[in-house]
Amino acid sequence: MISLVPRKDISLALTVMTPVIAITLTLVVGAIIFATLGYDPLQALYQFFVAPVSRPDQVANLFVKACPLIIIASGLVFCYRANVWNIGAEGQLILGAVFSGYVALTFSDLPGWAMMPLMVFAGALGGLLWAMIPALLKTRFNTNEILVSLMLTYVAALFIDWIVRGPWRDPMSFGFPLTKMYEDAALISRIEFPGIGYLGQLHWGVVGALMLALGAWVVLARMLVGFQVKVMGFAPRAGRFAGCSPAFVTVMVLGISGAAAGVAGMVEVSANIGQLQPDISFGYGFTAIIVAFLARLNPLAVIGAGLVVALAELGGDSAQIALGMPKVVTGVFKGILLFMLLAGETFNRFHVEIRLPRSAKAKQTGG
Amino acid sequence: MEQLILTVILTSVPLIFAASGELIAERSGVLNLGVEGMMLMGAVFAFAVAMGTGSPVLGMFAGAFAGAITAGIFAFFALGLATNQVATGLALTIFGTGLSGLIGAPLVGQAIDGLPQINIPLLAEIPFFGIVMFQHDIMFYIAVIMVGLCAWVLNATRIGLIIRAVGDNHDSAHALGYSVLGVRLLAVIFGGMMAGLGGAYLPLVLTPHWAEGMTAGRGWIALALVVFASWRPWRVLGGAFVFGGITIMQLAGQARGWTIPSQFLSMLPYLATIIVLVLISRNREFALANSPACLGRIFHTEK
Amino acid sequence: MKARPRANTSKDSGKKTVVAPSAHHMPLLNASGIIKRFNDFTANDDVSFSIYEGEIHALLGENGAGKSTFVKLVYGLIQPDAGVFEWRGDPVTITGPQQARDMGIGMVFQHFSLFQALTVAENIQLALPGGEPLASLSDRVRRISGEYGIGVDPDARVHNLSVGQQQRVEIMRCLLQNPSLLIMDEPTSVLTPQEAEQLFEVLRRFSDSGMAILFISHKLDEIRALSSRATVLRRGINVGTVDTDTRSARQLAEMMVGETVGYVARETPPADGDILLEISNLSRPRPTQFGTPLRDISLKARRGEILGIAGIAGNGQDELMEALIGEWRGKSNGVISLEGIDISHAGPALRRNAGIGFIPEERNGHGAVPAMSLAYNNLLTSHSLAGAVKNGVINDDAMRHAAADVATAFDVRLPNENPLASALSGGNLQKFVVGREIAKSPSVLIVSQPTWGVDVGAAMFIRAAMLDLAGKGSAVVMISQDLEEVFMIAHRIAVLYDGHLSAAIDATDLTAEKVGLLMGGSAASEALET
Repeated sequence: MISLVPRKDISLALTVMTPVIAITLTLVVGAIIFATLGYDPLQALYQFFVAPVSRPDQVANLFVKACPLIIIASGLVFCYRANVWNIGAEGQLILGAVFSGYVALTFSDLPGWAMMPLMVFAGALGGLLWAMIPALLKTRFNTNEILVSLMLTYVAALFIDWIVRGPWRDPMSFGFPLTKMYEDAALISRIEFPGIGYLGQLHWGVVGALMLALGAWVVLARMLVGFQVKVMGFAPRAGRFAGCSPAFVTVMVLGISGAAAGVAGMVEVSANIGQLQPDISFGYGFTAIIVAFLARLNPLAVIGAGLVVALAELGGDSAQIALGMPKVVTGVFKGILLFMLLAGETFNRFHVEIRLPRSAKAKQTGG
Repeated sequence: MEQLILTVILTSVPLIFAASGELIAERSGVLNLGVEGMMLMGAVFAFAVAMGTGSPVLGMFAGAFAGAITAGIFAFFALGLATNQVATGLALTIFGTGLSGLIGAPLVGQAIDGLPQINIPLLAEIPFFGIVMFQHDIMFYIAVIMVGLCAWVLNATRIGLIIRAVGDNHDSAHALGYSVLGVRLLAVIFGGMMAGLGGAYLPLVLTPHWAEGMTAGRGWIALALVVFASWRPWRVLGGAFVFGGITIMQLAGQARGWTIPSQFLSMLPYLATIIVLVLISRNREFALANSPACLGRIFHTEK
Repeated sequence: MKARPRANTSKDSGKKTVVAPSAHHMPLLNASGIIKRFNDFTANDDVSFSIYEGEIHALLGENGAGKSTFVKLVYGLIQPDAGVFEWRGDPVTITGPQQARDMGIGMVFQHFSLFQALTVAENIQLALPGGEPLASLSDRVRRISGEYGIGVDPDARVHNLSVGQQQRVEIMRCLLQNPSLLIMDEPTSVLTPQEAEQLFEVLRRFSDSGMAILFISHKLDEIRALSSRATVLRRGINVGTVDTDTRSARQLAEMMVGETVGYVARETPPADGDILLEISNLSRPRPTQFGTPLRDISLKARRGEILGIAGIAGNGQDELMEALIGEWRGKSNGVISLEGIDISHAGPALRRNAGIGFIPEERNGHGAVPAMSLAYNNLLTSHSLAGAVKNGVINDDAMRHAAADVATAFDVRLPNENPLASALSGGNLQKFVVGREIAKSPSVLIVSQPTWGVDVGAAMFIRAAMLDLAGKGSAVVMISQDLEEVFMIAHRIAVLYDGHLSAAIDATDLTAEKVGLLMGGSAASEALET
């Protein structure tokens, strides 16, 4: 018989140690699974977590991989802090890409200084509008935001599929579902280090992502809106007592996370792809959920968490090449990691007592 | 025409399995978003066992077993450790997708014999109806029987009553002495078994191969289907045909050069699900009558 | 299952079937010397009385008098620390609800535990052991329903039923187990007067058929109308068991609340102080199934006074507090005005800006956020005030200092400089919550249950602080269920009963007994005679 007894005090050490323990356990369980399936576990772990970052340019590429995750997770943190369950960031990302793509393709002769801000704005707007659907349905009709945001992800994926095969398809694409390439002004450029040159694919979007995470932290930790979000998550009744409206907070956090996901879509396309295509995201919207949890809903920690999860993604590529593992094996790590983090949450809030049936019986007769 | 309807039915079977299993779990108050992962685990184990033993029927059992075990992981975390159901379900899908790919890697490119078609004597002779309804593989019949079974158990048996009670108000059920977590554990495991069967149908009947991620989002459609059916088993059957029909319609439509882009047809099930959700939730009384009130809520006895 | 023996009482079905307790007549249930402690709090202190077959027995007392504790003991939900229950003359240990049911004890809780999505018959089936088919169960429900005039349709879905009907479903759940003793916890608190009268009819028929009924109530009129005997509890002590025929509502009230507290350490405020807060004709529909509607509430709070609003829990206190804070705002259901300005449509933050402070009853999760630091808990009610937030950025230092100042001024003992609210003991956190509001020198302070669950020292400190605030020219509106507290510090007293607020009367013109009558719902005119 397992029973959960709430902890009276929440120790700081436990809070910090939870992700560390979760990562360690994930590695152990992952190694066991690899060994069971006949792979050399040490070799596998090496390929996963060391090989992808053994050169400076590879480390730079790790940041590139983490970039959309950090952006999306910085927004999701607001939602989950307020107990609003947006799991449709993937769809919001796609709409952000489509909106910014509209700007890039329609006003293709804009100069760079006007193009970039406009595209960021359009991306944010696209994601925000898409997130407003679950937000308004929730506040207006009390509709479950989990299911709505999830359904909308599929609608969004079908929408971009249509748009790149239909109206926006480049006539010169030989029938491939691709739009025209963006003009240079609409592309995010790589960072050129004086004396070194380019480092991998490191682009200015990464800098933006780090600043965004920092900004999210400032808002959440230092500003009144962040306070409102946290109060609503901790104690909605106290939130109403303080005078904030639950509906306002719901709309706000979905708006923030939608806009962030939209910007991530814009950055991903402008920095790495250069045109719209049916698949612009490799499940970043879902993976970012793990990042947000790994960061324990702290935007600053999102940076580190994004890098860890991105490492698992790159590790998948490396293991595929070196060991012939399928790329999806990354999911094994991501899944276990999320399980461990969630269990860690429980151990943070509760003492888990395991009573033997014998002692329970003795208690009954004794009572 | 018969061929078209037959195709629709074939496409629907995995959805019928997965959705009716998830329906039972949700009726008990558990939202398990891990359907896709459980289906994939069912699919890969079904394929592997069918290939190893040469028996697709054994493969079917293996698929059900693998789905149930995968659901057990979810139950351990979401019920045993009271973790957030949404995130745990998501973790299960990610994990199941990855692990099935890893297990199935050596199996890619292999082929198996699928389940044979079973014609029901006499009934199969009926023109049109016989072909559509009574000339199928064993799993089709099982799927229809399972829907009927779910409906009967839920609405006409004490076990079903207890499942509904636990999903409606877990505190009251606990106060009456029912084991909330026990009931939910069984419902989740059953849901996993059914998802495993749904996954197993893919390599055993639809395409006799294993391919990474071969469910292609069917687990998520099954989740939508449960809501679309407003948590009633027979409606799952109808809804699965609608969802399957739309899939086939786009293919047929493309062949005939319809002007409506196929993507918009594909959106219909998701949009319909959202509309159903709004209709259900806009009225409190209606929501109470049509959706499990405790869905996704964590139960533990200490207040 | 054993058939229920019929009581050998007279067969007349008059208004009351008085069963004279006598030595040769064995009680159905006899409690002797029952003691139940929760930590250092004694909820039941040597409670002894008997219930006889066919008797309607009332258990009367204020909040916290130990009524609910006692019936939970009888129903086996908790175990006594000392004392003996005898059932039909044999000593018994009631280990749990199942055993209680097997013995023949049924209980209807105040807040029902029905399944809203299921039908009446399904709800009943879940509560019964064994697998009686739904069809035969439905027939039984119809038959018993007809027999006692309960009027329950077994095929109806519970969420379509009124609260009164739902209560009858709960009663039916008990009846099908043939109880000899039916316990009802405040059965009329959620009913309309008509529904209550119907319930009484049903209960009288039960009693005629020999069933004993133990019902908890604080409503004096209904106790006198329904029951033959009443046992009165006061602070866990059994004050006495009396025939309700021989006692007036006044005498029962006196037994319930005890002696008037004599000591009053307060100065009389000027009789003609300015009206700071005025509420006129505030009404509010029942917010939830178990809520209480507010009915046409009016009050005036003057400068320099503490206006006490007495009343027993569940008579509209929570609903009134939400309306005063502004968490609930009606479209056109009365006017709340502060110093003559209508603030009915202002939210909590605007009301605070206008100079009102609020202290809700519940500290954890309403008045304070346990998972947040004291500085942030200070921010909770000051974010709209000057100096707390600049350009959207929280002034952390100011909040920290403000919290520290409150802690110093109100003697809040802190484990560290800026602890989480959850790290404070109940009394310390309450001192903080009270101090946080008083520190802002509000012109009106509205407070509910200021000393609930707080040790004596902290309670006295909080009361003194409120008197001090009033003395400096503010008005304090104090909703409290602690009558002793109301008499100790309130200058004028009004009573909230079933969503009505009585006129406020000078405390010096009132006795505890009169207030007790009002709290028990006896007509105000009767209370104010003599």
